Amino acid sequence: MSQPIIISASPHVHSDRTSKKLMYDVVIALIPAFLVSLYVFGIGAFIVTAVAVISCLLFEYLIQKFLMKTTVTIGDGSALITGILLAFNLPSGLPIWMIIVGSLVAIGVAKLSFGGIGFNIFNPALVGRVFLLVSFPVQMTMWPTAVENNATIADAVTGATTLGMIKEGLMFGDTMTTISANLPSNLEMFLGLSGGSIGEMSGLALLLGGIYLLIRKVITWHIPVTILVTMAVMTGIFWVINPESYASPLIHVLSGGALLGAFYMATDLVTSPMTKKGMIIFAIGIAVITVVIRLFGAYPEGISFAILIMNAFVPLINTYFKPRRFGSKIKSKIV
Amino acid sequence: MLKTFPKGGIHPPENKITSSKGIKRMAVPKVVNVPIAQHIGIPAEIIVDRKEKVEIGQVIAKSGGFVSSNIHSPVAGTVTKLDLIIDSSGYKKQCIVIRTDAKDPSNFEEIEEPLKIDIELEPKEILQRIADAGIVGLGGATFPSQVKLNVREGTTLDYLIINGVECEPYLTADHRLMLEKAEEIVVGIKILMKALHLKKAVIGIENNKKDAITLFKKVINKGDGIQVAALQVKYPQGGEKQLVRAILGREVPKNGLPLDVGVIVHNVGTIFAIYQAIQFNKPLIERVVTVTGKKLENPSNFWVKIGTPIKDLIAEVGGLPEGTRKLVNGGPMMGKAIKNTDVPVTKGTSGILVIAEEEASRGEAKNCIRCGECVYVCPMGLEPHLLMNLSEKGMYEKARAEDIMTCIECGSCSYVCPSHRPLLDYIRFGKNIVKKLENSKN
Repeated sequence: MSQPIIISASPHVHSDRTSKKLMYDVVIALIPAFLVSLYVFGIGAFIVTAVAVISCLLFEYLIQKFLMKTTVTIGDGSALITGILLAFNLPSGLPIWMIIVGSLVAIGVAKLSFGGIGFNIFNPALVGRVFLLVSFPVQMTMWPTAVENNATIADAVTGATTLGMIKEGLMFGDTMTTISANLPSNLEMFLGLSGGSIGEMSGLALLLGGIYLLIRKVITWHIPVTILVTMAVMTGIFWVINPESYASPLIHVLSGGALLGAFYMATDLVTSPMTKKGMIIFAIGIAVITVVIRLFGAYPEGISFAILIMNAFVPLINTYFKPRRFGSKIKSKIV
Repeated sequence: MLKTFPKGGIHPPENKITSSKGIKRMAVPKVVNVPIAQHIGIPAEIIVDRKEKVEIGQVIAKSGGFVSSNIHSPVAGTVTKLDLIIDSSGYKKQCIVIRTDAKDPSNFEEIEEPLKIDIELEPKEILQRIADAGIVGLGGATFPSQVKLNVREGTTLDYLIINGVECEPYLTADHRLMLEKAEEIVVGIKILMKALHLKKAVIGIENNKKDAITLFKKVINKGDGIQVAALQVKYPQGGEKQLVRAILGREVPKNGLPLDVGVIVHNVGTIFAIYQAIQFNKPLIERVVTVTGKKLENPSNFWVKIGTPIKDLIAEVGGLPEGTRKLVNGGPMMGKAIKNTDVPVTKGTSGILVIAEEEASRGEAKNCIRCGECVYVCPMGLEPHLLMNLSEKGMYEKARAEDIMTCIECGSCSYVCPSHRPLLDYIRFGKNIVKKLENSKN
């Protein structure tokens, strides 16, 4: 043997999956939604996404290199995803400096101050988004509407999101029938022709990416399906009781970032539970909080808050919802 | 639907490149190094001296206690020394070195015994013969067979399970043995059924060995009480607890044995050795070894005398290829990396795997991204990431409470970890310390 022989403990083979590949699969899954946003919002979506991605990568580099003096991990794809997801949760046309502030909060506060990848409790992109939402509520809710005429940002009209319109209408005492006249149809929402953040436009594109993630086994069905089903059931109950005061479950599932949240934000590996049982509890929690915020709270949407709240419960969920040990006769009674 | 165990498991590339290679008999080596600790338990006691002449099959080291096993001379020759030689554990172990007598014809007789179906011995005699013949679990665990078969009066026992799973990638020793000695194995099963007064036996074979499944279905007679269970291909199905769960749906209790659910499990290799011992009074002095690796010139399966230095096997398959960086005694999932090619083949050597540069090194360990993959694949329902963390931080009491001792060390967690974390290394380390702490308490 020309070189010294390697002695190491078993196993001596490894699957070809790496963290990096997982991360880049998420990036691939986000491409359809990004393309739709380019079509709907034009250059604005591109600028917001590019700024968020570049500033997330840059902040990670600067903080790790000069502040933490540790290994720089910008190549692992995680900061890239944070940048894309942050942008997807912002309205196109948001002032660039705000995007940079959001990125700093996401990477600096939510991720690196906890110790970097794997150690953060909260989803970094959502922390950045919520920070911006509570700090700059006006700018963060100026949604350029879907432009039929392909207008540039400067001409884009601002309008409310579907859920925003419903909330406002109901506050003024309108019934769903009158409000619905101004709403985009379910099909339009599914294809991406309604108002909202960059990435939440097209249910179709988000589903495509979600299915890709499921096929590639980056995520499992437990979180997204449980969130969407629970949301549909809860909002469905209210809708059946009083269809004039509550929007249909289809509207709830297709709008307000429910699909984006369910498939891409809640499933974040680091900040979601590690057992299937735990995932279902986590997902039900997200759905319930989201619906409560949407129906009874001040915000028309609410999945970002719901995910962050449930993120905080993940360590607790991991402690109490353990996998059943082989050979332990007493079955866990919960779930 | 093929049967399998429900929780966890992985499917690594099978790489069974030697599955069509018939078992060839290795030339008798010039020198054999026979370790006296080839089984789990107490090492055997040497009963020969330097310069003593020994015959083939003669006991050269006697069982040293209850959990121990006899060791027989694999060749006729002269004991040249009693020496410390590095074995597959990496430590120097006591060995009996025997130089083969090139003139003794018994070394070169190739007796292919005809199939002998009638079982003449009585149950008690069968068990005694198994103990005398030095038979241990040939699947790799090397647990002395007579201890496993020593069932206390009053224990309810209704199934004998034959492990023909061979879920380790690369290895084909059991597969070939099943194809070439199916009828003998069936007799071996009947021997054990007689010894244990059992009516039912099941042979578990994974579905990547369809030829073996078909063959056994053909050679088993209706009244035998023996069934063949085709199993889904999933690692670590060869683990006793997983196999019992897969075939019978019974779950062996935590810290328990298959015996607790009325089952005894034996590997096909062990069964064949038992057949040889009972029908022809042949002690365990040789076994089937798969010598394999992607870059080997002629990877093959061999009948090898215990104590044969691994370099003899390597020479037989065309020598070590350029760029070899790792040698493994056993399969890639649970085998042990060995230091050099002087290491002898022992009763537990099911294969020698030669690994080239590209696959020899581990990836760099990164932060845990809490993906939960290790939890999903753990067949024992453990949380490897947590156990690693607890072991790393020295929280052994907590690790014990999290059932670290039930880990079967299959390595599925380390295999899947996308961050290349050495989960099993730390879990093994933690287990060792927990064991020491428990021993010091008693």
